[in-house]
Amino acid sequence: MSTDLIIGLTKAVLILGLLLTNTILLIWLERKLVAGMQSRVGPDRAGPFGILQTVADAIKLLLKEQILPLKADRAMYLLAPILALVPSFLIFMIIPLGPSIDLVIQGESVNVDLVGANINVGVLFFLAISSIAVYSVVLAGWSSGSKYPLLGGVRASAQMISYEAAMGLALVPVILYSGSMSMTDIVQSQSGFLSSPIPILDSIVGFIPKWNIFPQFIAFAIFFIASIAEVNRAPFDLVEAEQELVGGFHTEYSGFRFAMFFLAEYINMFNMCAITATFFLGGWLGPTFSGFLPPFISAFMPAVWLGVKTFSLLFIYVWIRATLPRLRYDQLMELGWKRLIPISLVWLLLSSIVLGVREFGLPWS
Amino acid sequence: MLDILLFAVPAGLVILGALIVIFAKNPVHNSMGLVLTLASLAIIYITLNATFVAMVQMLVYAGAVMTLFLFVIMMIGVDKPDQTREEIKGQTLLVSGTLFILIGIISYVVIKSGFKWDLWFPAVDYSLEGTPDLIAGSLFTEWVLPFEMISILLIVATSAAIALAYDTKPKKKI
Repeated sequence: MSTDLIIGLTKAVLILGLLLTNTILLIWLERKLVAGMQSRVGPDRAGPFGILQTVADAIKLLLKEQILPLKADRAMYLLAPILALVPSFLIFMIIPLGPSIDLVIQGESVNVDLVGANINVGVLFFLAISSIAVYSVVLAGWSSGSKYPLLGGVRASAQMISYEAAMGLALVPVILYSGSMSMTDIVQSQSGFLSSPIPILDSIVGFIPKWNIFPQFIAFAIFFIASIAEVNRAPFDLVEAEQELVGGFHTEYSGFRFAMFFLAEYINMFNMCAITATFFLGGWLGPTFSGFLPPFISAFMPAVWLGVKTFSLLFIYVWIRATLPRLRYDQLMELGWKRLIPISLVWLLLSSIVLGVREFGLPWS
Repeated sequence: MLDILLFAVPAGLVILGALIVIFAKNPVHNSMGLVLTLASLAIIYITLNATFVAMVQMLVYAGAVMTLFLFVIMMIGVDKPDQTREEIKGQTLLVSGTLFILIGIISYVVIKSGFKWDLWFPAVDYSLEGTPDLIAGSLFTEWVLPFEMISILLIVATSAAIALAYDTKPKKKI
């Protein structure tokens, strides 16, 4: 087998394992955090602190009967959970976990990028795959042959199309700042510290890392709101609003097919936070303490930093879910089309003017 | 070997998707067939090192356009039996005739070239790394006028659609 193939397959298996174990942790963490915020205890029976609760739930779902509704469209009904799971695994491919490392495989030394696929249009890949993810929700809702899932599916398609536009527009200023659409280059462009031409300001901002969140705070806010809407979480979870739509698009799903939707939702959440961290919080950048720590530990430090940033964002996701009530449908559409998209367009214009002045000087000078 | 697989599997899926579009009875199945075709085409673009084109294909056609198709189909509802009556007289004959001529031309070219593999797998220019730069470069220098004209055309079409959809004039009192 060729070396490239070995590296590729190893990466794929590692990413699969990482995402699956991570989801177990994430579901437990969310249940515990929400329980804490609502003065409850949360899961505490299975394992220490109830950490094995998700495993127990997964085994229960695996052993359950899988029901195929009589009025369901068989092919699409079976396809939808798979379509939910595949894009969620694909998106993680483009997130860089660290700088490239040198390895020796089959006697030859190779330089391995710690990213699933280092493509030069990583941002577009992310947007393309997340637009594919809509199909699972729409098809699941339609194929169930029942009215509540259908309503959930129609809501989902409208919501995801609206917020994808805002999300894409919020990313354009980031691409302009970084000068590249490759995720690896976007991370690299955020290394170092902020600087200012004015000496006094320079000493004030000089210790702040040059992450995109500081010059691009508005873009970050728009992207963060749109990403919550994109993964259909509270306060944008109209797709599965249980008071109105029973369970939303996955009402008719049971057993392991339901588990696949659940898994995809949490993997998407993790992906979205990792991508936000990569775009705006400097990705894997951070002190590696290479002098103090043994080399094999400091080699893992970039991935640890990315994990810390991602889980901080995930904590905010859970916090928002526990705090805010659900939006009404017209409010949701108004926020997307009348607020987020115009603001992101104006912000894009302002960022381009700033970049133009920085590059070419003032127009009258 | 891997090259042939990377070409043959997506190419087969393109044809499968096209067949689903033609033969499936249900409009939702038709549109999912089209999605399969478009996505497999994107894979072929990637194997030809045109990652930018592939991503735009996924984003615009497979992502946005087909989602809107599905949305419209779901809104109208698919419970009604399809119209199977021919709208144009001799439609089947015309289409199959054209198809027959096309297949004839393609097989003539293939036989004439003696089943050369390089006709099936055109040599990929791997020096074309970084296609976004190249496309943006020619779009914003050489083709900037047509590019901007198209954007004006799209805005005109959009505003026309809005003007037709919303009657802004105050209603006449009877």
